[in-house]
Amino acid sequence: MTSLPATTNKKLGLVIDLDTCVGCHACVIACKEWNTGGYGNALSDQQPYGANPSGSFLNRIHTFEVVPEDGQVIDQSTEARVVHFPKSCLHCEDAPCVTVCPTGASYKRQEDGIVLVDENKCMGCGLCAWSCAYGAREMDLAAGVMKKCTLCVDRIYNDSLLEIDRIPSCVRTCPAGARHFGDLGDPNSDISKLVEERGGFDLMPEQGNSPTNKYLPPRNRESLAATLPQDEAETTKDITKTADGFFGWVDKTLTKLGSENNQGES
Amino acid sequence: MHPAYSVIVFTTFSGTGYGLAALLGLGFIDPSMMSVKAGYFLALALISIGLLSSTLHLANPKNAIRAFSQWRSSWLSREGVLAILTYVPITILAFLSIFMDSSIGWLGIVAAVLAMLTVFSTSMIYGSLRTISLWNTWLTPASYLAFSIASGAVVLNVLVAVFEGNSGNIPQYALLVLVAAWLIKWFWNRRQSEGYGKSSMETATGLGHLGKVRLLERPHMMANYLTREMGFRVARKHASMLWNITIVLALIIPAVSLALAFAMQGSMTAVLLSVIAALCHLIGMLVERWLFFAKAKHAVSLYYGDEALDAA
Repeated sequence: MTSLPATTNKKLGLVIDLDTCVGCHACVIACKEWNTGGYGNALSDQQPYGANPSGSFLNRIHTFEVVPEDGQVIDQSTEARVVHFPKSCLHCEDAPCVTVCPTGASYKRQEDGIVLVDENKCMGCGLCAWSCAYGAREMDLAAGVMKKCTLCVDRIYNDSLLEIDRIPSCVRTCPAGARHFGDLGDPNSDISKLVEERGGFDLMPEQGNSPTNKYLPPRNRESLAATLPQDEAETTKDITKTADGFFGWVDKTLTKLGSENNQGES
Repeated sequence: MHPAYSVIVFTTFSGTGYGLAALLGLGFIDPSMMSVKAGYFLALALISIGLLSSTLHLANPKNAIRAFSQWRSSWLSREGVLAILTYVPITILAFLSIFMDSSIGWLGIVAAVLAMLTVFSTSMIYGSLRTISLWNTWLTPASYLAFSIASGAVVLNVLVAVFEGNSGNIPQYALLVLVAAWLIKWFWNRRQSEGYGKSSMETATGLGHLGKVRLLERPHMMANYLTREMGFRVARKHASMLWNITIVLALIIPAVSLALAFAMQGSMTAVLLSVIAALCHLIGMLVERWLFFAKAKHAVSLYYGDEALDAA
């Protein structure tokens, strides 16, 4: 049934800390390892040792650089910062991948809100992947069915595992503690408090999917100027330091000429 | 978006077939005429080729039968159900025309309505995707419906011209719907500048409050399903050239040919011009449909550094 449940009893999901993630990709490998032997078909690779290797993954890490618009520049240093960005299914409350599915393979569970694919029903049309803004679904080219994060549904309720292991594989393996798992529908859960405390946010809220997973923003850093030694900070009034001596004269003269030219034109 | 040949053939062929069936069903032409008999046959053939073609892009077609089950929520499922339903009145009307030289008025209207609902469902598969801003507009179903009728009219004109030797003033009406369809398409095409709509790399990452975001490193060195399926860029490079080719093939040549055919109705030249109009129009529509997919940008490209990709 591909109509969405009106409400779910729980909202199980992940919270990902963009401040803490070091971009080691351990969660990517742990996810692939667990899910290739777990729920549904194996996660296949194409030409894994060939010239053009590719494969299905349920979790991938992108790395972005953020440059502040009015950031300080001191010599060659800018305030640009690197953010490692893990991305997997967000188990959206208003999941378009569920409603577009023509076969009934894609569904959202009423009991815990997990979005799953019943691989015995999937015909591999790929429309759910088209409807997902986050790229959370990848067609497995060997099995011909759609694969996605199951939130390790075969771990979290698995009584044959130790209790400490009854969390998604990516969360269990993260060496930096950047991934958290829990019930985001319960305002008193540890994970909900974490989101509240750190200002957790949704990815692409304008797409109207109401994702369950939340991301925690990178913490503020002190400014570049604050990191300078005290005496240097005082002498460097203009943080955007220009050249000294002859090149300083060239810089000043050209700047002046440039502004005169601009006035002449206008 | 990666333009799958099977889907391009499906949308153009079945769209033309449904448009033709709708025009025949509305009973503008006497059902005992040879062109109507041939028209029903051609409509059913185009629809069937299109539908069969659409199953070719499935990775796991053995479960295709299940696609009729989710019509409550899925436009793709609704399309499947309506496509099968539409066969019933069209097949009955074809039988009546071919063997009994007759028709049933109300059944023709039912066939026309079902045919248009099927085309509407096809267009809503694309039009309802919030991830693809270029498609996510009412102009998408409007242009699919208009092109279905226009292609149907151009084909109906050639059938009457060839089988009856004179298509009378049909070219005039075909010209009218063709121009109207392109007017809608022109408005649709103006939206391409919207790119990703309200989404950007800043909203995709939620890091906009820190500054301008750019991709430093992709998750992996090689392509994956997402970059192959959503990140298709060949046509965007040649988009304006391809758009001009489409305009010439699917609008200018057919429009001029139809106008001349109308002016010279009854002559052999008019028949020839009708054939040229139909052939050019259908080839042009295949390019148009290719561009429809190839030009569309998918929101997921934002995670793969869209600007860097476009420059490549």
